[in-house]
Amino acid sequence: MVLQPFFCKGRFKREVPMDFISKNLPYLLAGISVGGQYALIAIGYTMVYGILRLINFAHGDIFMVAALVMVYASASFPLYVTIPLVLVSTVLIGFIVERVAYKPLRDAPRMSIMISAIGVSYLLQNLALYITGGLAQIYPSIPLISNSVSIGPATTKVVTIVTPVLTVLLVILLMWLINHTKIGMAMRAVADDFETSRLMGIKINSVISMTFIIGSFLAAVGSLLYFTNYASVVPTSGAMPGLKAFVAAVFGGIGSIPGAMIGAFIIGICENIIKGLGWTTFSDAFTFALLIVILVVKPTGLFGERATDKV
Amino acid sequence: MSKKANGIISALLLLALFGLVLMLERTLPPTHIALTVLKKGCIYALVAVSMNLLNGFTGLFSLGQAGFMLIGAYTYGILTIPVADRASVYQYFDGGIVQFSVPVIVGLIAAGITAAFFAWLIGLPVLRLKSDYLAIATLGFAEIIRAFFQWDKLGRLTNGSNLLRKFPTFNSIAFPFLVTVVCIGIMVLIINSSYGRAFRAIRDDEIAAEAMGINLAKHKRMAFCISSFFAGVGGALLAMYQTSIQAATFRSSMTYEILLIVVIGGIGSVTGSCIAAFLFIASSEWWLRFLDTEMYIGSFKVPLLRTGFRKVVFSVIVMAVVLFARRGIMGDREFSVAGIYNFFKKKFGRKEAAK
Amino acid sequence: MSGNILRAENITMQFGGVMAVDNLSLEVNEGEIVALIGPNGAGKTTAFNCITGVYEPTNGCVYFCDELMLESYPHGKMKRIYQGSNAAKYTKRVTLSPDKITKLGIARTFQNIRLFSSMTVFENVLIAKHMRAKQNLLTAAFRLNYAEENRMRREAMELLEMQNMAHLKNEIAGSLPYGIQRRLEIARALATDPKLLLLDEPAAGMNPQETQELTDFIRQIRDDYHLTIFMIEHHMDLVMQISDRIYVLDFGKLITHGTPEAVQNDQRVIDAYLGVSEDA
Repeated sequence: MVLQPFFCKGRFKREVPMDFISKNLPYLLAGISVGGQYALIAIGYTMVYGILRLINFAHGDIFMVAALVMVYASASFPLYVTIPLVLVSTVLIGFIVERVAYKPLRDAPRMSIMISAIGVSYLLQNLALYITGGLAQIYPSIPLISNSVSIGPATTKVVTIVTPVLTVLLVILLMWLINHTKIGMAMRAVADDFETSRLMGIKINSVISMTFIIGSFLAAVGSLLYFTNYASVVPTSGAMPGLKAFVAAVFGGIGSIPGAMIGAFIIGICENIIKGLGWTTFSDAFTFALLIVILVVKPTGLFGERATDKV
Repeated sequence: MSKKANGIISALLLLALFGLVLMLERTLPPTHIALTVLKKGCIYALVAVSMNLLNGFTGLFSLGQAGFMLIGAYTYGILTIPVADRASVYQYFDGGIVQFSVPVIVGLIAAGITAAFFAWLIGLPVLRLKSDYLAIATLGFAEIIRAFFQWDKLGRLTNGSNLLRKFPTFNSIAFPFLVTVVCIGIMVLIINSSYGRAFRAIRDDEIAAEAMGINLAKHKRMAFCISSFFAGVGGALLAMYQTSIQAATFRSSMTYEILLIVVIGGIGSVTGSCIAAFLFIASSEWWLRFLDTEMYIGSFKVPLLRTGFRKVVFSVIVMAVVLFARRGIMGDREFSVAGIYNFFKKKFGRKEAAK
Repeated sequence: MSGNILRAENITMQFGGVMAVDNLSLEVNEGEIVALIGPNGAGKTTAFNCITGVYEPTNGCVYFCDELMLESYPHGKMKRIYQGSNAAKYTKRVTLSPDKITKLGIARTFQNIRLFSSMTVFENVLIAKHMRAKQNLLTAAFRLNYAEENRMRREAMELLEMQNMAHLKNEIAGSLPYGIQRRLEIARALATDPKLLLLDEPAAGMNPQETQELTDFIRQIRDDYHLTIFMIEHHMDLVMQISDRIYVLDFGKLITHGTPEAVQNDQRVIDAYLGVSEDA
């Protein structure tokens, strides 16, 4: 109940005491920051779902693999090599996963592809377990964004401020790409009607690959930002942020990129407010409760389009 | 081959198998890995069949199995810990609020009923969702349950994030086998009943099923509750096998493992799920174990072999099945004596005709 | 007793801004064969879906055997964007799910055959008996319902025999030839013991000979099972031969109805099918 003024911020602005802000600002900042990171993952989910109608269960693990690449690469290379390397190798992994595990099942029932996605997730986690030997890997600190900074009464890392800005910029760039380029147009066409666009001569496979490339790239960026706030990486590190990002995508209306971003910010903030209330146990559960409520009340999410089945 | 003969021979075969398992238990040292595999395998077989009932026979893609197992395990644990031991188990929560204990069988049934009750509750809203949304909602439900059972405020009931232990477990392998056989038997009876036909109709075509007068909501919820009931019993058995319960172990990866068993066995095949469960557990815990230890051939060290490699190889095999043998071991057929008889008869008959 | 078995009044179905069915009223009398015809996209199947509860109509009501079965009025968002007429006429919302409607005695087939394709022919028919069987999960699982189960099997088998499909009983439905699948779908609908049978393009994809056989078949089941038949069909031979009355739908609106002869000679019907030339 301490947080009540927060929810009625507009009306009671003047009455909010200073110490209240200093107490809760860190949670809000953390929420915005983690929300941005979820958003970067959520876009991958929402784009893949929009095109293939597939929940890419492996996406969260690709996010985790990006973090491991960072851990190992930074041990032997300087930062200006490591970061591009992380981005490129994550994109490559995303691309390969699609080609190997999803492409052969293009005409199979949807359940098969989803099972394949779960299989990939299982494989990536076990591979990570093997490579790390089951030990938590210390995530390297990235200069500049790992530094501390004070905002008003709160002290936080630079990454907290960088994340939302970078997220919004990337989303704007992506929206431009989708609305104003040829490949973007192809993506929209495929998302609209898979079969027809195939008949119209759109190279389905390259469009799908492009989707996975963009999704993995954003997940890699998200991973760089996300793990800066955490000390270490374990093979299951990707599962929870992955699922939450998926919830964000559903919340925003699956298939909608701005929707995924807004959904992710809302989830990030709510989750941290709940932590602030001292209900840490339920911060994960909250996300899923939200998911079930959305699915039941408004399955199309905030910005999703309604699809009717033809009988 | 008549139906009756088929039934009798199947029953005899099952009995022989049961005898073999008991004999193995007598002859092998009690810590032998084969016994572990058999125990764990039969528990996983039960849970896999319960998942198959839902995913394979009713066409509802649910990923909540770990959640229902957790509910079953906790219900069993909470109800059966002997009163005398409660003080030590619930040491941080003043001995807990439950101050009685029930016999094992009652505990198992209660485990199933509680899981089914939760399934009924969650089924009201969730079962209206379509395929993958249902999957993610049930997965989410399992996560919520997991958080809930670790909550301090419920500590007097669930012991918070501490272990539940000292509840009765089984010594002989006969117990989990018997429970599994009975449970799977009931599920097979349901699948072959009028209701099972209705479930399969829903799987094949929901709209047509509804036009045939099948109440979708009612039948879906029924399948969901039945599946959860047996998942709950399976969870209780798993708790007995592990001798302790901790909510944190019932992760979504457990559901994924069970799902992979179902897929490997063949979606829509009970016997397939059973066979796959034993194969899955045996290869992940036993047959591939050599991959985890370093090995030398002469002075040559075989590369890659070290802790964790087993699981990598294993997941590659699983992926291969998912990609290249999509129908799994059994497809949607069942392993049956009559089937084998007909198979050989056909082969034999053909040979004769060739002559 | 007005004698009609099905009476739809002012049925309107609006999807977003599209009027699929606009103020359709019709009656089907007991024992009749009535056809609903119209060019592609006229809203015929949508009308069927409204009657069988697959869609909730935006406005209007349906009576079955003189009892109110469905009623609706524009509500929610539709209140604002509703473009049809009679907006204030209906005030109740009575909805029934398709399974309840089937139980009342309306069976249907589908335009694109919807069989339980992995199940056998026999099981496909047997399913229809499930809804009226006196059983529950426990009695069914432990075969305490064996009397019911035997009755269901016997009735299903009798039906297959009457339809000359007994020899196919163990075939997988999905592997049957197209024509037989159509017949099986009708047999399956009959197994629900309907009073009214709705057929959605039963002759689609059939050659003239098969169509002729179907014509006889439909007449025969009407007589054998004392049915009333309401169907959507494109084959004019079939429609003109068999129907007692015909309703013609174009762009969601009823343009005319009457006996086959009257409809055949109606200029509006000819225009709807052939189009009106610009300079006419």
